[in-house]
Amino acid sequence: MTENHTEIRADGAYKVFGRRGAEAVRRLRSGSTRDEVKPLGTAAVIDASFEVRKGEIFVVMGLSGSGKSTLIRMLNGLWRPTAGSIHLGDDDLATVSPARLREIRRTKVSMVFQHFALLPHRTVLENAAYPLEIQGVPKEQRRERALEALRLVGLAGWEDSVPGALSGGMRQRVGLARALAADTDVLLMDEAFSALDPLIRREMQEQLLELQSSLGKTIVFITHDLNEAMFLGDRIAMMRDGRIVQIGTAEQILSEPADDYVAQFVADVDRTRVLTASSVMRPSRVVVSISGGPRLALRTMEENAASAAFVTDRNRVFHGTVTDTAVLDAQRRGDADLSAVVEPDTRQVHPDAPMSEIFAPAAESVLPVPVVDDGGRLVGVVPRVRLLEAMSQTTSLDATPSTEDSL
Amino acid sequence: MNDPIIRIPVGSWAESAVDWLTSTFSGLFAFIKTVLGSAYEGLDQILTAPPFWVVVLVLAGLAWWVKSWKMALGTVIGLVLIQTMNQWDNAMHTLALVLIATVIALAIAVPVGILAARNDAVSRVIRPVLDLMQTLPALVYLVPMVLIFLTGAVPGLVATIIFAMAPGVRFTELGIRQVDREVVEAGEAFGASSGRILRQIQLPLATRTIMAGVNQVIMLALSMVVIAGFVGAAGLGSDVTRALSSINIGLGFEAGLAVVILAVYLDRVTSALGTRSAVAKAQTAAS
Repeated sequence: MTENHTEIRADGAYKVFGRRGAEAVRRLRSGSTRDEVKPLGTAAVIDASFEVRKGEIFVVMGLSGSGKSTLIRMLNGLWRPTAGSIHLGDDDLATVSPARLREIRRTKVSMVFQHFALLPHRTVLENAAYPLEIQGVPKEQRRERALEALRLVGLAGWEDSVPGALSGGMRQRVGLARALAADTDVLLMDEAFSALDPLIRREMQEQLLELQSSLGKTIVFITHDLNEAMFLGDRIAMMRDGRIVQIGTAEQILSEPADDYVAQFVADVDRTRVLTASSVMRPSRVVVSISGGPRLALRTMEENAASAAFVTDRNRVFHGTVTDTAVLDAQRRGDADLSAVVEPDTRQVHPDAPMSEIFAPAAESVLPVPVVDDGGRLVGVVPRVRLLEAMSQTTSLDATPSTEDSL
Repeated sequence: MNDPIIRIPVGSWAESAVDWLTSTFSGLFAFIKTVLGSAYEGLDQILTAPPFWVVVLVLAGLAWWVKSWKMALGTVIGLVLIQTMNQWDNAMHTLALVLIATVIALAIAVPVGILAARNDAVSRVIRPVLDLMQTLPALVYLVPMVLIFLTGAVPGLVATIIFAMAPGVRFTELGIRQVDREVVEAGEAFGASSGRILRQIQLPLATRTIMAGVNQVIMLALSMVVIAGFVGAAGLGSDVTRALSSINIGLGFEAGLAVVILAVYLDRVTSALGTRSAVAKAQTAAS
């Protein structure tokens, strides 16, 4: 998996529905708003620029009418951009010929639909094999690959049923199997789980992540559910009124929302599952060196008005904590360093640990929770008050109108 | 008293238009007359030549195949009644006319409907034409047809085809436009050509609606071929016309009842065909 390789690149892509699209784009570029160009056409996507890296799950998140469905349909050429370019590999979907476009759709990009879009008159197997049928794959091979795709999504044994006889979750599994059978590098998922019950939805999300860990596809996932976006997305693009207002990881969007809109949006998210230790931690000021001697340690504690300190060595490797009384004893004894009085701290957490896992260690002691990376180094601390702060952003924002009302 | 201030001679325009058509396209009309005439003669031969019970059994068998033995039994009773009313030959002439007219009307209507479904401009142009074809009083069609094709089966057939075509176009367009947008998109998204999408997605999913159109076409064709009796088309229509001109209640009723029996038979068979398709079954299973 080459992290930095770009699979999809959009540069200033516009989509305006209506007869005078080009004129609308010109005005939008010179600063007109979406409402001002309304008489010229409906601007569904405005100046979208982003890159999707190979092997990542890129989530586009927005409410209905934000342009996300149009955006995803521009990524496989179902809609051509009115202006700007969209590169899929080496092809610019804005200018590619219709024949080449069909070729790209057959070989490079497949799609999963919100309402499954299965062919009701064909069996599950025939549905899963449909892209291969279009590709002109021989029948026997078609069957084999479709069966394999169905097995991957857990539908082995259902191949002879018709979609009408399946539940919603199973139908979407057929939709997913169909896209997997096509064996393309890019997978577009348009609100793929939105029509499912919450429990089934969670199950499908987990299954998708599991499949993704072995298949390593490039996935563009559209959703209006922020929790889903946060759960699935390596990176998330937030869309509002046709524009992408922020692109970043779940944490970046939660902790540094680009504007009030995003801030309001993320207000409802269960932060404890998304925010990790590394995003809420603070630099630890009360750190003493294990080889520095008791006198130095006492002075550091005194300066910070602290009754305890974290102990590291020269390489910032974490050794534990010391209390002021223990260090005082060490000084009286005339110890040269702190190795005799340092107590190992069992509460240490990894930088990637979600906040929900920090509460318990935080409750055990008044000291901040130390955050220790894979190399055993102390990278920061999470004071208890910081946990409450991070949580309280939710409550303070809850008082503002909900995101639905603000549209 | 209500004399027009200005008399716009639409009538004479129509007349000269028909005159012009007749003289300009006489070759084409002669060709149409030969083709339609022989098609009708051929089918009529097939239906009237064998003993009546053979035809009854075949039609009943068809009813059994598309629906049930009950419908087959109903068919036998109805057709035997026609025979015992001494309307058998007339009914078969009418059936031949209806079938020929329906096949040709659909051969034109379905492609036009597909075109209209795929192209908004075509749809806009066609709509008023269909309105005109459907609402113009049926007898009005017959006048120019007699001028062009003289009397007999052909003018009746052509008038019937034009009159019955409209619902075929409308239902085909409606059926295709009703197909779930997302399913069509799925075909496109996996790189299917538009021909493949039409064949494998749009037409199968529109079958039910198109079959409802076929049913309407047949019903309109049946009503029109009866009127075509006025211009000398053979069949039940000629007896109805005769009964009308001689105030013969008995004959009129018998011919009329035979028309009803044929209508019910054709209606039930075609609507059963609509629900027999694979898609219709899948849709029923899903709901």
